[in-house]
Amino acid sequence: MRVVVSCDPFAPGAELDAFTKSAKGAGAVVSFTGIVRDDTGDLQALDIEHYPGMTETSLQHQAQSAQDRFGLAGVLVIHRYGLIPMGDTIMMVATAARHRKDAFQGADFLMDYLKSRAPFWKKEITRSGTAWVSAKETDEAALSQWDG
Amino acid sequence: MSADILYFAWVRERIGMGRETIDLTAPTVRDLLAELAQRSDGHAAALSDLTQVRVAVDQVLVDLDQTLSNAREIAIFPPMTGG
Repeated sequence: MRVVVSCDPFAPGAELDAFTKSAKGAGAVVSFTGIVRDDTGDLQALDIEHYPGMTETSLQHQAQSAQDRFGLAGVLVIHRYGLIPMGDTIMMVATAARHRKDAFQGADFLMDYLKSRAPFWKKEITRSGTAWVSAKETDEAALSQWDG
Repeated sequence: MSADILYFAWVRERIGMGRETIDLTAPTVRDLLAELAQRSDGHAAALSDLTQVRVAVDQVLVDLDQTLSNAREIAIFPPMTGG
């Protein structure tokens, strides 16, 4: 299990290669990469604030939950904070398991938790100003599917 | 007992500071938020709609009815938008 919280850019391809090599006995690896996207034609960057200390603990806890629940052979979580320009990679999650279904579900579960329970807050930086991104009710609903 | 209160994102911006230390007497999170809202117009603005506020006590997310005995660090922030 590897959890990284950093302001530095990272190379998702190299991270995925290293993760795959380290996941002994796995028959399936699934990865998700989140990228800063521009919905309005005006976005220049995201500025991501986080809660140092709680962020790391919370991601470790969530990664452990995913590993236990889906019997994963490995979990990788990388999440950046600070100023991240349009088109740059924000974060990635990778899961390894014996079979693909557990790997897919583990990654999906982790992403749903990351969206609504990890202490990150996105602010959009546009040419005309700045605005905090609002949490989506659909993200909260996605999380509730894992209850019970 | 004194406790550190941490603010993040637009809660921090509206209050105008990231951290303050208070003498903690409020029995629950809900009581604490009501008390903090009295401290300034910025506090009142940040804490006017509690459906838009999340709270962590000693770095664990809690409900508004959580009791605060022995809490050292209480963080107040908007719903999270990670990923």
